[in-house]
Amino acid sequence: MDHASTTPMAPEVIEAMKTAFVETFGNASSLHQPGLAARGALEEAREGVAGLIGAKAEEVYFTSGGTESDNFAIKGVALRNRDRGRHIITTSIEHPAVLEPCRYLEQQGFEVTYLPVTKEGLVEVDVLESVIRKDTILISMMHANNEIGTIQPIAEAGSIARDRGIAFHTDAVQTVGKIPAKVDDLGVDLLSVSSHKLHGPKGVGALYIREGTNIEPMMLGGGHERGMRSGTENVPGIVGLAAAADLAGRNLEGDMTHLAGMRDRLAEFVLVRVKDSWVNGSRTRRLPNNLNLGFSYIEGEALLLRLDAEGIAVSTGSACSSKKTVASHVLTAIGLRPEEAHGSLRITLGRENTDEEVDFVARAIVDVAEKLLAMSPFRRS
Amino acid sequence: MSNLGYTEKVLDHFRNPRNPGRIEDADVTTKVGSAACGDMVQLYLKVNPDTEVIEDIKFESFGCAANIASTSATTELAKGKTLEEAKKVHFKDVVEELGGLPKHKVHCAMLATSGLKAAIMKYEAKRGKRTVDEDFVKRMMTGVLDPAKGLNIVAAKRVDRIEVEGKKVRVVLSKDLDDDTRATMAEDILSALTGLDLEVSVE
Ligand SMILES: Cc1ncc(COP(=O)(O)O)c(C=O)c1O
Repeated sequence: MDHASTTPMAPEVIEAMKTAFVETFGNASSLHQPGLAARGALEEAREGVAGLIGAKAEEVYFTSGGTESDNFAIKGVALRNRDRGRHIITTSIEHPAVLEPCRYLEQQGFEVTYLPVTKEGLVEVDVLESVIRKDTILISMMHANNEIGTIQPIAEAGSIARDRGIAFHTDAVQTVGKIPAKVDDLGVDLLSVSSHKLHGPKGVGALYIREGTNIEPMMLGGGHERGMRSGTENVPGIVGLAAAADLAGRNLEGDMTHLAGMRDRLAEFVLVRVKDSWVNGSRTRRLPNNLNLGFSYIEGEALLLRLDAEGIAVSTGSACSSKKTVASHVLTAIGLRPEEAHGSLRITLGRENTDEEVDFVARAIVDVAEKLLAMSPFRRS
Repeated sequence: MSNLGYTEKVLDHFRNPRNPGRIEDADVTTKVGSAACGDMVQLYLKVNPDTEVIEDIKFESFGCAANIASTSATTELAKGKTLEEAKKVHFKDVVEELGGLPKHKVHCAMLATSGLKAAIMKYEAKRGKRTVDEDFVKRMMTGVLDPAKGLNIVAAKRVDRIEVEGKKVRVVLSKDLDDDTRATMAEDILSALTGLDLEVSVE
């Protein structure tokens, strides 16, 4: 129930990787038979991943995961285009893998605008338009948010970026393999993928770079990945990612219906039973597998631990520490007061979850919420 | 199964809290902590006026597992003790009782024991055994947290001045607070001093 954090590997992925470990152990740069076998597997995988996102194979660069892809895109574009301008636009609800490179660039003399979002977590396209400057060189806007599942108007933003000749990046780590994410439909120049969010192995990902995009290499060295990301390729990992992409692509429509059905069933069950509970984010523009519930008068870690004792793994936007309040930056950006953000619970479903599991989880959440509510000093008598 | 670094004892107190709930006819009740920090407890005490023994104590919590467990252990340590004995319950006793707390959660034990002390002082003030002066009000203010710093508002230097004149209490907060924070703090201050029949103003 925490699939936005990571997903179990699909059996098909494990099989594909086993084969790769045994049969394509070669170095894909070598010219002998094992090397050629590895290169073949690598290029086949590239075709596969490109297929899922509607790209050309040569526009796909393999990386070590979502974090690297985001760093690659943002630092790479900013540094290559610094003579044209030093202004970057992103949103206030990005993953740290985007926010931190942006902060780093601020220290290097770039200016970054962090777009606000609506109560539902949506960027308003006219606000984006209004902050674009002559020296804007990059816009980075996540496709869907990892905490609240809100899906951004990427295509609209993409067409604005294209009209102005600004490079446009999207962190699609939470969407690739979950909802359609084709680079031409979205109008993006760069798109980040992470394998372990779509039932593939950890430590592998990809960055899509549209032909003609000005960008610095991520790694310098032996010239792998057409000189953009040197380092001997992790062939089994990449083969695993491709197998996961293949599975996701084939099951996309069915998975979406199945997941959205479970998500809504869970939401309804809890909302009608727990007083002062609500859904964070948008009810319509939302990832099919993401539900983020808010509870008044209850603290998230307590909820999480009680559910964990029932064998249910979820996540919360609350983190209590002695240093200071660390309510999630996403939940505060959508306007929740800190005490409301502390009462949040994120449930992210996966393909292998069943209706029975969802019903069990729904009942457990209601039960635990009632117990904690009975102990809360804010409870109305 | 994860336990976020908690001992079995913490988890036991968290899952089966001792003395949860409220006492409707409590002799004294006190709320400490901050909702914005996600760390708040309310204590209810029933005290025997002759022996000064804490005959019953209950708590409510808006907080994490460490908050619930710390407060639960604190109530267990306080129950059946005289006020004088109970005042001496130190946060380290609570940490020990729980078999340890992660470093960044020790403040939860501090909140629980400072709540107990505040409740006892408040009880004494109610019974006329303690004068309500600046020092007393200051002690009560240590139960109010500054969410930005994660410290109590006295330690965080958010209280500029405290004036007490008979039943009139005036608390002046520092100028550099924004309106929202100021309003929440004022609310917390009022609730820290309720039940004492005082006229409290916060500026
Ligand atoms: C939106 C988003 N971007 C980036 C990442 C980082 O991906 P990875 O774990 O592959 O580095 C994550 C995963 O936590 C994510 O949810």
